[in-house]
Amino acid sequence: MSRSGAVIDAHHLEVTLVGPGLPSVADLRLTTTGDPDIPLEIAEVLFAPEKTNTVIVTTATTLDTKGSYQLFHQATGQWYAIAPSLIGIVISLLLAAALVQNFVFTRYLGLCVFFGVSRKRDTAIGMGVTFTIVGFCSGLLAWVLDRYVLRPLSLHFLEIIVFIGVVACLVQMTDTIMKKLHRTLHKKFGIYVVLITTNCIILAVPLLNAMNASGFWESLALALGSGLGFALALFLMSCARERADLAPVPLIFRGLPIAFILAGLFALAFLGFSGLQV
Amino acid sequence: MSNAPATAPRQMPAPPTRTLLWRGFFAENPVFRLALSLCPAVAVTNSVKNGLMMGGAVLAVQVLSSMTVALTRAGIHDKVRIPIYTIIIAVWVSVIDMLCAAVAPVVYAEIGLYIKLIVAFAIIISRLEVFASKYSLIPSTMDGVGMGLGFTFAMVLIGALREVLGNGSVWGIPLVDAQPFLLLILPAGGFFTIGLLMAAMNWIDVRRGNPLSTGGGCH
Repeated sequence: MSRSGAVIDAHHLEVTLVGPGLPSVADLRLTTTGDPDIPLEIAEVLFAPEKTNTVIVTTATTLDTKGSYQLFHQATGQWYAIAPSLIGIVISLLLAAALVQNFVFTRYLGLCVFFGVSRKRDTAIGMGVTFTIVGFCSGLLAWVLDRYVLRPLSLHFLEIIVFIGVVACLVQMTDTIMKKLHRTLHKKFGIYVVLITTNCIILAVPLLNAMNASGFWESLALALGSGLGFALALFLMSCARERADLAPVPLIFRGLPIAFILAGLFALAFLGFSGLQV
Repeated sequence: MSNAPATAPRQMPAPPTRTLLWRGFFAENPVFRLALSLCPAVAVTNSVKNGLMMGGAVLAVQVLSSMTVALTRAGIHDKVRIPIYTIIIAVWVSVIDMLCAAVAPVVYAEIGLYIKLIVAFAIIISRLEVFASKYSLIPSTMDGVGMGLGFTFAMVLIGALREVLGNGSVWGIPLVDAQPFLLLILPAGGFFTIGLLMAAMNWIDVRRGNPLSTGGGCH
């Protein structure tokens, strides 16, 4: 079932039908994808202006503009999939992972490394870059393993063990390859590569992908977005902490307590992104 | 160098059980003092119930992994010990994960991801490395129990503070009828609460005349 329509706004969706003719309201059955037992109420069906075979369906229930739905035309026995376009999904997921649902500030993942290496700007940038690259690779590798090995064999209960294995192997491999190929690069970034194992974001990405049964492009967007979001958070935090080091902070707040307060302020600021939608 | 430094820790007598059980609460609290496993401490502590379940899961994984390592440490070669520890933890996390999903599906739906992520917690592997790989079964178990309880204590403390102030209730039971301080159950609230609690612990230390411990971070 290929994509043949899109949600326009909270109460309207547009579908291109296979045959001509306007279906009646009672003839259509609209459900959320993955939940085919609960039909959503349809109020009205109209032809879209200036388009052939395309109808606008008005619903009584509020629709999620980023959700995917299925429309069943009972007279023809035809299924229609209503979903956002692929590029839309990828960009919105990328933005969501990096900003709206930033892994550090709204999902609170990777905090150990976040507080550990955000003391200086140089180390923050090094860690951010290294993590984005390794996280991207491990996300893709884990997706391939999940889709082509774990799922066909019904071994998904082993996902934790397999994913931690993937991460550990990849980190070790990156370290070895970098050491052989580029000495200076290894000297500069080697320490961060080793630290990546303790970053829970790198494990959360494949777990989230497996939990949502994401497709290839969605997994790719999440893997890249999480890395970029982490790098951004790390950079912002290191700038703030460098200044906090020079400020007359009360004795009992020095070190980690003030870093936590700063992170809280950043988290508040990141709430502002929650209105951002694509 | 002689072999003495390498073998010395293995022959060291274990600290008394009392110390093992209590040091997790204040002196070496995993969250406030060692600053390890911070992710769940911020993420799932918007209510006491979530905090307690997370703490319980960590306690179980810590004790079971410590016991496993203490029993098998003779057979684990030093060079491959970290991967082996990781696998041991991953196995027990899988077990606890499935158990939680079966026993408390409602809470699990909210904190399931963080239970799976116990596998990446620095606190567990650091206890295996620092303690369980050097001592026998009973002290290792006690150390696991102590650290697990200390972690649970921190989770419940943060959870209670945030739930009372942010939602006006404890364990879902409404206590005060006032307008709650919504900020504390928002994502940012967890950071503020932990920052203030860490500062409070530092303040108690200063009042007692102890030198300030410099905060860690797990690296």
